[in-house]
Amino acid sequence: MNTHTSVSNMSASTSAARQYVEFKPINLARWLIWGGFALVLVFAPMLWTSSLSHTMLSQMGIAIIVCLSYNMLLGQGGMLSFGHAVYSGMGAFLAIHTLNHISDGVWPIPVSLVPIAGGLGAALVAVLLGWVTTKKAATPFAMITMGIGELVWAMSLMFPEFFGGEGGISGNRVAGAKPWGITFGPQVQLYYLIAIYTFVCTALMFAFTRTPLGRMLNAVRDNPERVAFVGYDTQMVRYISFVVAAFFAGIAGGLSSLNFEIVTSEVVGAARSGAYLLFTFLGGATFFFGPIIGGILMVLAFVLLSEFTKAWLLYLGLIFLFMVMYAPGGVASLIMMNVRVAAFGFLKRLVPSYLLLGALTMALFATGGSLIEMLYHLQLNAAMGDELTFMGIALNVRSVASWLGCALGFAVVLGLFEWVRRSFATKWSDVQTAIEKEIKRREAAL
Amino acid sequence: MSNKMNPQSQNAAASGENALELRNLRKSFGKTEIIRGIDLAVKHGERIAIIGPNGAGKSTLFNLISGRFEPTSGDVLLSGERINGLRPFEINRKGLSRSFQITNIFPKLSVFENLRCSVLWSLGYKYTLFRFLADLDDANERANQLMEMIRLDKKRDVLAMNLTYAEQRALEIGITIAGGANVILLDEPTAGMSNSETSRFIELIRDVTVGKTLLTVEHDMGVVFGLADKIAVVVYGEVLAFDTPDAVRANARVQEAYLGSMLEEETQ
Repeated sequence: MNTHTSVSNMSASTSAARQYVEFKPINLARWLIWGGFALVLVFAPMLWTSSLSHTMLSQMGIAIIVCLSYNMLLGQGGMLSFGHAVYSGMGAFLAIHTLNHISDGVWPIPVSLVPIAGGLGAALVAVLLGWVTTKKAATPFAMITMGIGELVWAMSLMFPEFFGGEGGISGNRVAGAKPWGITFGPQVQLYYLIAIYTFVCTALMFAFTRTPLGRMLNAVRDNPERVAFVGYDTQMVRYISFVVAAFFAGIAGGLSSLNFEIVTSEVVGAARSGAYLLFTFLGGATFFFGPIIGGILMVLAFVLLSEFTKAWLLYLGLIFLFMVMYAPGGVASLIMMNVRVAAFGFLKRLVPSYLLLGALTMALFATGGSLIEMLYHLQLNAAMGDELTFMGIALNVRSVASWLGCALGFAVVLGLFEWVRRSFATKWSDVQTAIEKEIKRREAAL
Repeated sequence: MSNKMNPQSQNAAASGENALELRNLRKSFGKTEIIRGIDLAVKHGERIAIIGPNGAGKSTLFNLISGRFEPTSGDVLLSGERINGLRPFEINRKGLSRSFQITNIFPKLSVFENLRCSVLWSLGYKYTLFRFLADLDDANERANQLMEMIRLDKKRDVLAMNLTYAEQRALEIGITIAGGANVILLDEPTAGMSNSETSRFIELIRDVTVGKTLLTVEHDMGVVFGLADKIAVVVYGEVLAFDTPDAVRANARVQEAYLGSMLEEETQ
């Protein structure tokens, strides 16, 4: 059972019949995972060398931090926040003002510490607003975060001195001291700053899950009433965690202010908060690493998908819809379910279905997508003629053949998809039953 | 049980007062008075069973004592200190802990985590952010001890929601006693259990509450007469009788109002 039992502890444990204590030392899996994560962060800009990829990688680092911080609330604390952008956004504003003070020579702080100023500022905002916010859990919490989000958004338009009004506040990240000639002018230099922050923040947020407060936050999520009867003030648990989450969100905001060198009031808006929720959920709120996937997906969607098609928000909405209905644990849970299947040696049985489902999903996107694209073209791009190309297919929005062909193709693929999905569902439940049986067998053997 | 396990009971016992005292306690919901002036004094180390028909106000009484509800009037004293009006976590910190009639555990945490969460506050870890749980030797040791006490040591890493009903009830007791509280309130601990499970469970309750003041709401008369030093009969929000089991059994009013019919039911 206890796979982390390290060699050094084996001799000590022989006298005791059972060993329960959690062992931290030399844990190979953990070193591999964190080492791998660090290597990916180091080598990613060498693999993807274009300036677009460096921009995207920088944004991914930022998105990873902010989604992880959001998941402290959602996944670990059961707090559905509709206003997390208040904290990343306030962090961004405080960071850009700090940056400008550095540029003006007022504050002798290195630029690399600007994100921490953002984090501390956001934490302070959370100290002020968080007590009211965390007074209640569940639905009232969601409502209050939404209200505070609207409040801050309205304020951002009322105080142009701080929020910069329509134009926002801009800055220049090449400022202050330049140790070892690091100016943060080139994107790749900033990327490595972001990568360091991403690694450290991820490690710290993981560490948080292993502290008494982090564990009590899980308990508060599961059963707040019981927590009160083991001596804890549930509001205090939520409040402190909320401030910690805001701190990390503020760091992400600070990094984004360095990345874009401009902060507009849009960063505290409801749309931004909604995006955090959506992508944290897509990545998977039930596992620690889920939001990392979510952050990467967020940047891919915002940068690539939006480039690829005007209808990207519609696709995003559809994906979100299907995810909520069929895989509420997000991508992370899909991965972990299949890791479990693989661990019991049943993955081979499912591979053909996966390939088939994958191909059909592509076909669904091609056929259904062409219908959507033709509709969009008709509504938005009519001036550009009747022809368009989608996924290599030439379509004409005035031709009945195009419409009929796509509709027919879509219907056929949908039918096939449903057919394959059903047979997959049966196989899947067979595999799950087999795994349950195997677990029972192993338990009995103990 | 070692002194380290049970710091609060020492202080309390030294003070020489009643462990728990209720003075003219009343509770109304709207116009309906559910608890209609209850006086009760429980000495340190006593085991009290509270019995009474359904709707008599037994669970409400527990909710008033543990801070879930605030009394309309009257006082609750824990070792002589007035605790009514305090919130549940404040009352818990003063050394009173309760279990629930409907199993109330942390379903998505493992057995071990359930217990560890329940010992953290009493060991002074509070809202600690800068230490790892794995390094808290006393908390881990304590959680392991509790796990053995409630006989769930083989289920250490099983999520609480995957336990059997009887195991969940045991975990409920484990969570309740984890903080080392001096006064323990158990709300129908054996409800829904089979007879054989019940008798084993009573042994468990007896074991884990040695030296503590115990109040339990119970319907099973076998359990009541086997476990309790004294019985409080609550009928319509009032204490009809509060005496030793034999005296209660012989009490004509109790016979008339409640116990006769209950005993008949039991024998059927």
